[in-house]
Amino acid sequence: MNHAIEVRDLHKSFGSNKVLQGIDFTVEPGQVVCVIGPSGSGKSTLLRCVNLLEMPTQGKVFINGVELTHLDADIDAARRHIGMVFQQFNLFPHMTALKNVMIAQQRVLKRGAQEAEIVARENLNKVGIGDKCDSYPAQLSGGQQQRVAIARALAMNPTLMLFDEPTSALDPELVGDVLTVMRKLAEEGMTMLVVTHEMGFAREVADRVVFMDGGVIVEDGPPAQVIGDPQHERTRTFLHRVLHPEER
Amino acid sequence: MTSPTTTAEPGPARLSPRKKRQLIRGVQYVVLGAAALFLAFYTDWKSLALFVQPEVAEKTLPDLFTIALKNTIIYSVGGFILSFVFGLLLALMKLSEVRPYRWIANIYIEIFRGLPALLVFVLLNFLPLALPGFEVPGGTYGLAILGLGLIGTAYQAEIFRAGLQAVPKGQTEAARSLGMSPMRAQFTVVIPQAIRIVIPPTTNQFVALLKDSSLVLFLGVSSGFVELAKFGNDVASENANPTPIMVAGLTYLLVTIPLGYLARRLEKRR
Repeated sequence: MNHAIEVRDLHKSFGSNKVLQGIDFTVEPGQVVCVIGPSGSGKSTLLRCVNLLEMPTQGKVFINGVELTHLDADIDAARRHIGMVFQQFNLFPHMTALKNVMIAQQRVLKRGAQEAEIVARENLNKVGIGDKCDSYPAQLSGGQQQRVAIARALAMNPTLMLFDEPTSALDPELVGDVLTVMRKLAEEGMTMLVVTHEMGFAREVADRVVFMDGGVIVEDGPPAQVIGDPQHERTRTFLHRVLHPEER
Repeated sequence: MTSPTTTAEPGPARLSPRKKRQLIRGVQYVVLGAAALFLAFYTDWKSLALFVQPEVAEKTLPDLFTIALKNTIIYSVGGFILSFVFGLLLALMKLSEVRPYRWIANIYIEIFRGLPALLVFVLLNFLPLALPGFEVPGGTYGLAILGLGLIGTAYQAEIFRAGLQAVPKGQTEAARSLGMSPMRAQFTVVIPQAIRIVIPPTTNQFVALLKDSSLVLFLGVSSGFVELAKFGNDVASENANPTPIMVAGLTYLLVTIPLGYLARRLEKRR
C-alpha cells in the first residue's frame, strides 16, 4: 500500500535562508500527524511543500504514491484531493459561505450547481454552521470562518487534509469549536497533517507527533513519547516553554 | 525670569486659552469679510452679467442636449469601455511572468501617460498617413473613442495593477490549493475582488476621460459630432457672448458632480 504522504530528502531555501535542510518522513493513510516546533523551525514551509504551494529546492514529494515534484506531474489535479486549511482562513470575501464551499466544486470538479449546493450544505452542517450559509465571511467570527474553510476543503472529497496552524489566529474562546471539528474528522479516519501549537490536541488526537527545529526533524514518534517523554534536549526545552510560558 | 510659572493662576496680562481661540476666530472672520467687501466693490457687475444672458443661453437649446451632451457621453463612455478592457489586459501583462509582456505593458503605459492628451488627438489626424487605406470603424465616433481609449488604457492599467496587487496572496493560495489553475484562480477569485477595490479610482478616471473628451475638437469634426466644449465655444462665437460656454461648463458639472458623489458612496459601501 502506498504512503499517503512521503517526503524524501526535502530541502527548501528562500535566498540564502535554508528553511528546510533534509526532511524525510511519511504519513500512512488514516493517520493523524501533528507537527510541532518553535516558530521559524520550518514546519509551515514543510506543510506548504507537501501540496507544492512552495516549490522544494531539492528532494521529492509523493502523494498516494504519485510523485508531485515530477516535472510532468499535474499539480492542479493532485491538489483537488489535498484539502488545505490556512491560519488566516483565506475565505473568498466576495462570496457567501455557501458559495465559498460551492465554487471549486463547480469550477474544478465540474459539478452542477444543484449537486454542489447539496454537498456544500452537507459539509457546512457537518462543521456546525449550516445556519450561516448566506453570511459573508466578514459577518462571521474567526471560528466560524475557519469552519467554513474546513467545509470548503472537505467538499472536494480530499483523501488528505493539511492544516497550517488552524487555530493560531483565533480568539481563545473560539479555538474549541474548530478543534472539535478536527477531532471528528480524525475519528472518521481522515488522513491529517496538522501544524499546531495545541499540545492537548496533539496528545489526544495524533497518532504521531513530529518535532521540528532548525529545518530538520528532531523527534518523531507517538505523542506519549514525543510530548510525554521527549528524548532530545531541544524537544524538552521547547515543550517546557510551551507548557510553562511564564517561567524563564 | 525669577518667578515660577503657574498654569493654575494665569497672570492678568495673559489671555486664557479660551479667549485666545475666540480672538483668532474673530480675526479669521474679519479677513473673510474684508475680502468679500473688496471683491464686491471692484467687480464690474454690468460686464459680469454678459456671462449669464438668459436669452443667449436659450439659443443653446435643444442642441446642447440632443447633440453636444449626447456626443460627449458617447465619446467618453466608448473610450472608457476601451480603457477598461485593455487596461485590465495591460495590468495582467504587467504582472505576467513572461518578461516581454511586462516590457510591452510598461512601454505602452509610459508613453501614453507621459504624452499630453492633446498631442495624441492631433497625431490621430495623421493616422491615414501612417496607415494608408486603413479606416477606423465608426468614422468620427470611432476615431474619437480610439483617442480617448488609447490614453485611458494607460491610466486604467495602473489602477488595475494596484487593485490586483491589493488582493492578499492568501486568496490565490486558497484558490490554487482547491485545484484551480493559475488562470482560473485569477478570474474567479482575484479579478472580482480587484474590480471592487478599483471602483473609486475608476470613477475618477471616468470623470477625467469625460473632461478629456473636449479634445475631440482637435480632430476637426463636423457639426453633427461636436461635443460640449466645442459646442459652447461655437455658439459663443456666433453670438459674440460667453454665456454658452458657461452653459456647457454647467452641463459638465451636471454629470461629474453626481458621479463624484456616487464614487464616494461606493467607497463607503466596501
